[in-house]
Amino acid sequence: MRVVVDLAVCQGYAQCAFLAPDAFRLNGTEGLMYQPNPSDDLCRAVLRAVAACPVQAIATDAAVPAPADAAVPAARAGDAR
Amino acid sequence: MPGRPAAQRIVVVGASLAGLWGAATLRKEGFDGVLTIIGDENDPPYDRPPLTKQVLTGWVAPDHTVLPHLEPLGDTRWLLGTPAAQLDRRAGEVVLADGTRVPYDLVLIATGVRNRPWPASDQAALSGVCGVRTREDAARLIDHLDAGVSRVVVIGAGFTGSEVASACRHRGIDVTVVEQAQAPLTGALGGVIGDVAANLHDANGVDLRCGVTVQALEGSGGTFRAAALSDGTTVDADVAVVALGGVRNTEWLADSGLASGPLGVAADAGCRAVAVNGLVTDDVFVAGDVARFAHPLFDYQFLTLEHWENAAVGAQVAARNMICAPEDRRPHACVPTFWSTQFGVNIKSVGVPSLADQIVVTQGSTEAGSFAAAYGDRDGRIVGAVTFDHGRWIDHYRGLIEQAAALPGPYDADLPDKREPARFPPHPAASYHGPTVVVTGHSPTAMDAVRQPAGRSAP
Ligand SMILES: Cc1cc2nc3c(=O)[nH]c(=O)nc-3n(C[C@H](O)[C@H](O)[C@H](O)COP(=O)(O)OP(=O)(O)OC[C@H]3O[C@@H](n4cnc5c(N)ncnc54)[C@H](O)[C@@H]3O)c2cc1C
Ligand code: SF4
Repeated sequence: MRVVVDLAVCQGYAQCAFLAPDAFRLNGTEGLMYQPNPSDDLCRAVLRAVAACPVQAIATDAAVPAPADAAVPAARAGDAR
Repeated sequence: MPGRPAAQRIVVVGASLAGLWGAATLRKEGFDGVLTIIGDENDPPYDRPPLTKQVLTGWVAPDHTVLPHLEPLGDTRWLLGTPAAQLDRRAGEVVLADGTRVPYDLVLIATGVRNRPWPASDQAALSGVCGVRTREDAARLIDHLDAGVSRVVVIGAGFTGSEVASACRHRGIDVTVVEQAQAPLTGALGGVIGDVAANLHDANGVDLRCGVTVQALEGSGGTFRAAALSDGTTVDADVAVVALGGVRNTEWLADSGLASGPLGVAADAGCRAVAVNGLVTDDVFVAGDVARFAHPLFDYQFLTLEHWENAAVGAQVAARNMICAPEDRRPHACVPTFWSTQFGVNIKSVGVPSLADQIVVTQGSTEAGSFAAAYGDRDGRIVGAVTFDHGRWIDHYRGLIEQAAALPGPYDADLPDKREPARFPPHPAASYHGPTVVVTGHSPTAMDAVRQPAGRSAP
């Protein structure tokens, strides 16, 4: 899958790094680093990160799963991996 | 589309960020005609900022920065691997280097910039002399680093050079950075912030040499061995990274009749290209790093920006303006925004700092390396801002720039006035890397970068 983060919009809140730590990391206190092309086994976790980003800075062209699946609340995301 | 026939054939030249974002917007806005994307690189569009960050540090493979298609592009025709050599506006055709002619009703120019090469071509050809702009460049540099190097010398301490130095230190590699100006990042952010950046290099173990130039790259047996500096010293190293800024890819437009040259392709605020006679065209649009466009917020002076955000947003505005009704067109008027991550610090800037005369640290402290600072022009209005690990404040400063708010002075006479000269080099050429925003005056056909601190009007 292919991902891009608009880093001018990103606020470094790190929700994505919490939900998909293999695809998103903070470098220092607020500089985001990410995998632009994460492997397919990270897809679910990455899509949760996309949905959870408070400023909608993450975009992807991976197929979005059925609405019920995409709307998993962040608090339940511990089972994502 | 009311009033004129809808375009059937759109050609995008340049298959990178601006080209791809433009193409996706055309489809999103309903263009269902023949879409052709021409690019001289063999690869599908990929993102460049990760190359000097997560790629060079080794977390992401060089070929894993492919950009997403944010809109299905349908049966778009991709002509990759051959450059466009000419824009024949009379015939309405883009001519490729292999002679193929691609007819268009509308064309989007998005050919960006390339690295400024090391001037002596025999020295540039030495094994170990690298640049970082393409994914091949990054792969080649990583091969050298992986092979084990004693030292890397980085020529130019702009954003790219500084990020390369940061990645080398992350890998535990010794690095010397040579910069013609008195500090890193001065072209973009001025000397006050440059001194902060210099501290960052020092604190991370970079051997930073400012106020000197590289006179020659020396080699033996075709392999780079050392850089000879203007102060008479020599730096022994296995790799030299040339980070001297970019050259705009406009040569292919030389006989197109467009106002294009070393500063880019002139465009109006709506991304329509301007011809040499000063008239705005209606079928040629420009976006991204190659564009030199009149900015509504800065008194319609022409700006060139080498910023990701400008390419992404500018391409969307250009694509929309290409196919909407003329009365629905809108200007590319967003405040320039830039980010960089180096040595674990998140640097962001908004506006055009290089228009400023003065700077004031408004939040945090430069000693702690975590702060926000605002730039003011000579009338005392805020024209830009920079943050080091204060990124969440950037939107606030963007608002102040849009309002042309006053640069904060002391609250009362007892407090010290924290405003100080921003210390920009007198001319862009005075720093090795050049600023990533260049203000180029009001003439569409001007070919020389000039700094015009006076011109800026309230929106
Ligand atoms: C290493 C690096 C790090 C960066 N980091 C940051 C950052 O941290 N923050 C930030 O805001 N910006 C950053 N940038 C800048 C950002 O990547 C650019 O602003 C962006 O790539 C501009 O996109 P573009 O499509 O306009 O031009 P480009 O990406 O330059 O693409 C132009 C494309 O057109 C092709 N082309 C050229 N001539 C022709 C021709 N005649 N025919 C066909 N194709 C042609 C080129 O080969 C290229 O593929 C960085 C850039 C680099 C290189
Ligand atoms: S969740 Fe969004 S804002 Fe937060 S770090 Fe990730 S991309 Fe940035």
